Amino acid sequence: MASVELPVLKPGDFGSDQDVRWCPGCGDYSILAQMKKVMATLAWPREKTVFVSGIGCSSRFPYYMNTYGMHSIHGRAPAFATGIKSCRPDLHVFVITGDGDALSIGGNHFMHVVRRNVNLNIVLFNNRIYGLTKGQYSPTSELGKITKSTPMGAIDNPMNPLSLAIGCEATFVARSIDVHIKHLADTLKRAAEHPGVSFVEVYQNCNVFNDGAYKYATDKSVKSDNIIEIEHGKPLIFGKNRDKGIRLNGMQPEVVELGKGITEDDLLFHDELAPEPTLAYLLSRMRYPEFPEPIGVLRCVDAPRYDELLNEQVAQARAEKGEGDLDKLFHSGDTWTVT
Amino acid sequence: MSTEFESETDHSKAVLKIEEATVRFCGDSGDGMQLAGTQLTNTSALAGNDVATFPDFPAEIRAPRGTLAGVSGFQVHFSSTDIYTPGETVDALIAMNPAALKTNIADLKSGGVLIANSDAFDKKSLEQAGYDDNPLEDETLDSYQLFQVPMTDMTRRAVEGLDLSQKEADRCRNFFAMGLAFWLYGRSLEPTRRFIDLKFKKLPGIAEANRRALTAGRNYGETTDAFVSSFSVDKAKLSPGTYRNMTGNQALAWGLMTAARLSEKELFLGSYPITPASDILHELSRYKNFGVRTFQAEDEIAAICSAIGAAYSGHMALTTSSGPGIALKGEAMGLAVMLELPLLVVNVQRGGPSTGLPTKTEQADLLQVMFGRNGECPMPVISARSPADCFEVAIEAWRVAARFMTPVMILSDGYLANGSEPWRIVNYKDLKPIPITHPEAPTNGKPFMAYERDELLARPWAIPGTPGLMHRVGGLEKADGTGNVSYDPINHQHMTDTRAQKVANVAQVIGDQEVMGDPTGDLLVLSWGGPYGSCRTAVTRLQAEGHKVSHAHLRWLNPFPANLGEILRRFKKVLIPELNMGQLSMLIRNQFLIETIGLNKVQGKPFQVAEIIDKAKTLLP
Ligand SMILES: Cc1ncc(C[n+]2csc(CCOP(=O)(O)OP(=O)(O)O)c2C)c(N)n1
Ligand code: SF4
Repeated sequence: MASVELPVLKPGDFGSDQDVRWCPGCGDYSILAQMKKVMATLAWPREKTVFVSGIGCSSRFPYYMNTYGMHSIHGRAPAFATGIKSCRPDLHVFVITGDGDALSIGGNHFMHVVRRNVNLNIVLFNNRIYGLTKGQYSPTSELGKITKSTPMGAIDNPMNPLSLAIGCEATFVARSIDVHIKHLADTLKRAAEHPGVSFVEVYQNCNVFNDGAYKYATDKSVKSDNIIEIEHGKPLIFGKNRDKGIRLNGMQPEVVELGKGITEDDLLFHDELAPEPTLAYLLSRMRYPEFPEPIGVLRCVDAPRYDELLNEQVAQARAEKGEGDLDKLFHSGDTWTVT
Repeated sequence: MSTEFESETDHSKAVLKIEEATVRFCGDSGDGMQLAGTQLTNTSALAGNDVATFPDFPAEIRAPRGTLAGVSGFQVHFSSTDIYTPGETVDALIAMNPAALKTNIADLKSGGVLIANSDAFDKKSLEQAGYDDNPLEDETLDSYQLFQVPMTDMTRRAVEGLDLSQKEADRCRNFFAMGLAFWLYGRSLEPTRRFIDLKFKKLPGIAEANRRALTAGRNYGETTDAFVSSFSVDKAKLSPGTYRNMTGNQALAWGLMTAARLSEKELFLGSYPITPASDILHELSRYKNFGVRTFQAEDEIAAICSAIGAAYSGHMALTTSSGPGIALKGEAMGLAVMLELPLLVVNVQRGGPSTGLPTKTEQADLLQVMFGRNGECPMPVISARSPADCFEVAIEAWRVAARFMTPVMILSDGYLANGSEPWRIVNYKDLKPIPITHPEAPTNGKPFMAYERDELLARPWAIPGTPGLMHRVGGLEKADGTGNVSYDPINHQHMTDTRAQKVANVAQVIGDQEVMGDPTGDLLVLSWGGPYGSCRTAVTRLQAEGHKVSHAHLRWLNPFPANLGEILRRFKKVLIPELNMGQLSMLIRNQFLIETIGLNKVQGKPFQVAEIIDKAKTLLP
């Protein structure tokens, strides 16, 4: 048998022939570039990949990928993706969404797709604003945020996407940042390879309506104090000189300085495999400015997947009852004959 | 199991031959009236009668016992001739308590048989039903043949010694009532005994009690002096074949499964429970060995969206709901129109607006499904006319959806969904296949054109996983041919025209409208959906009286059959009976610029034949 070699694909092979129309400088470009790079490393046939999105700037994403794709309706991408994956477990399905798309109008679907653990990869571009509708506040905008629809400041308490996902028992939860490209690529790759739902929140800069929302996390001079790269099995250390860490004080995390009697062993060690979501949840609660915000994989556990279970039930029914026979069905139960 | 059996009544009393009868069981919603009605229906069908039923549920799951709000009814019409309705006035009413009597007595024919469970007419129950005096004891029921039967007491005595609680014993009352009704119409107890064996396999005590109650009811009819005669209804002269009784929801589910097989597809249903559509979800969920995947979504929006995902991925996709859920699905239907994917959307209509009359029937969603989407967004609409017809409608809808690459709306309603009638079983191999092809990668080096069209304007159905056909679909306007996003104004006009023309082209495959009766005349009764049976019966009677009346019943409401306008213009007047305030009338007037006369009601009930005859007569010379 002649061996067929899979063509080696380069990131460029994943670009479609469509012009990318995001504002110059938008963080979405970087995420697109990293996604193409990751695709090239995954060795999946391009035709086996489907990008599904809702509505928003970020949701234009599928048009720019030379794979299969569906730009759907606002907030509902998880439902379309569930239908695709349930029928076609052979496909790799990505959901591309924004903070408004996933958490406002699509909050319900987000919650349910996550708790069902459908084997999808959800990437949430969080710019803490509505980009496409030109700058209203979003469910992740901070209290007091002044926007066109909140001239006196937002008065609704922002939500925390990672906490929400963990609350719905997401089996893979991670965070990365648009300009932190290596970290982003690594995170997307791990998410793609996770069996079950994966949820990646990407801090994305909307330089038109919310420029600098994540300056604290991207600005070279301060970022190492404000974000903490978490890794499985490693202690939580951060700071320019890697001299700060996170320690648990009872149930509370606290920032401590290393040295002066505090060693690495006193710190909280990350365990992304912990079966209970407690630690992941605790990490998701660490918010700037009180804490450095974790980036990396907060949680990665195994659990039964909806799409597989559904298809297993179909296979099991066929094994137990045999392939359905319509004529037999029609004649089952009480019938009578007229001659 | 096919059955032939003879009546086991030993005819020691006179038997009156009748052509047809309409019987209604009514009682508290916990009394098992639906079961009683279903058993009488199935047994009558097995005895060779034509049957049609009308179950009528209260909206409350369990209204307080004995109250007017909690009355549940089941009407069955059986006949030795072809019938099209579940009956007009009732020949025999079996009332289990005062509330049931009060809410149903108006429908009993003068001189009709009234069987009342006299044990239930105590002071408290009478008060609950709002009776000052016991109607069984004053003259108010004198125009009926009243039989007071102490059913509770006799049921208790029949099950004595079986170690049942009183509550359990009393629950068998419906079987006593059935037994009595079965005697009255010379029905065999055998099918119901089989049903009991199956249903209460794990509860032998209860099974025995029900069996005894059933027999006791029959014996009571036979022995008591009260009843001097019973009735017999001959077999109907239905066309030869093997039959089974089917509700509309079951027929729809089976039709959908058949359509899937005919097109070599597996069926995906995304649905969210809602009355009266839920039974389609329940039914389809049972047939995973037919490759049916059902997804109970978190809401109606997710339900239709998952189905569109399934359609994109190459499956036969379906979503089922009722009016309120269809309202939620509107935006996604618009997307399906834009994506040009085949999708079936089932609307089992109920009384509206809003939650309206959730357990009652109405046909008032026609304009909703025609226009309830943003933008110019045409969708083919097909409607079923009777419970068994749902089977064929499902197949025809999928044939069109797959051929034209369009979502198709299937309209049913509560009356069709829960009502039942005999369905002549088809042979799978006699059905016409539904050929579907998916494109392969172009070999001429040219790029794949996702929105290239065939002669009927359908686009190709390229499915993920196929090399060389990678394409993106979405709700933004598509450039003709490539399907890329386009904001070009002329292109938008062109694509809007194209989508409309594509739906109009459906008329080329649905065939001409037929007319029952002369092709010209004084009056055409034009109907759609559930009123088919009443209209057909009414027109047949009017024709027998010598009137120049014909009947046309629409299956497709969008597009209309190509010859419809011509037919309408050949009649002096057009009467459109609808269970809404004139929605088809509006469409017909708009499209054909002719006058129509509406017969409209929204009372949660189907039309009576007499209502249509009366109205028609006012229009006839
Ligand atoms: C049903 C519906 N409601 C509202 C809109 C308008 N709309 C489009 S995108 C959007 C918000 C997008 O914000 P986000 O998800 O954060 O995405 P971004 O544009 O910032 O990437 C809104 C409100 C719509 N398209 N559809
Ligand atoms: S509005 Fe903001 S999010 Fe949208 S493309 Fe422009 S920069 Fe990006």
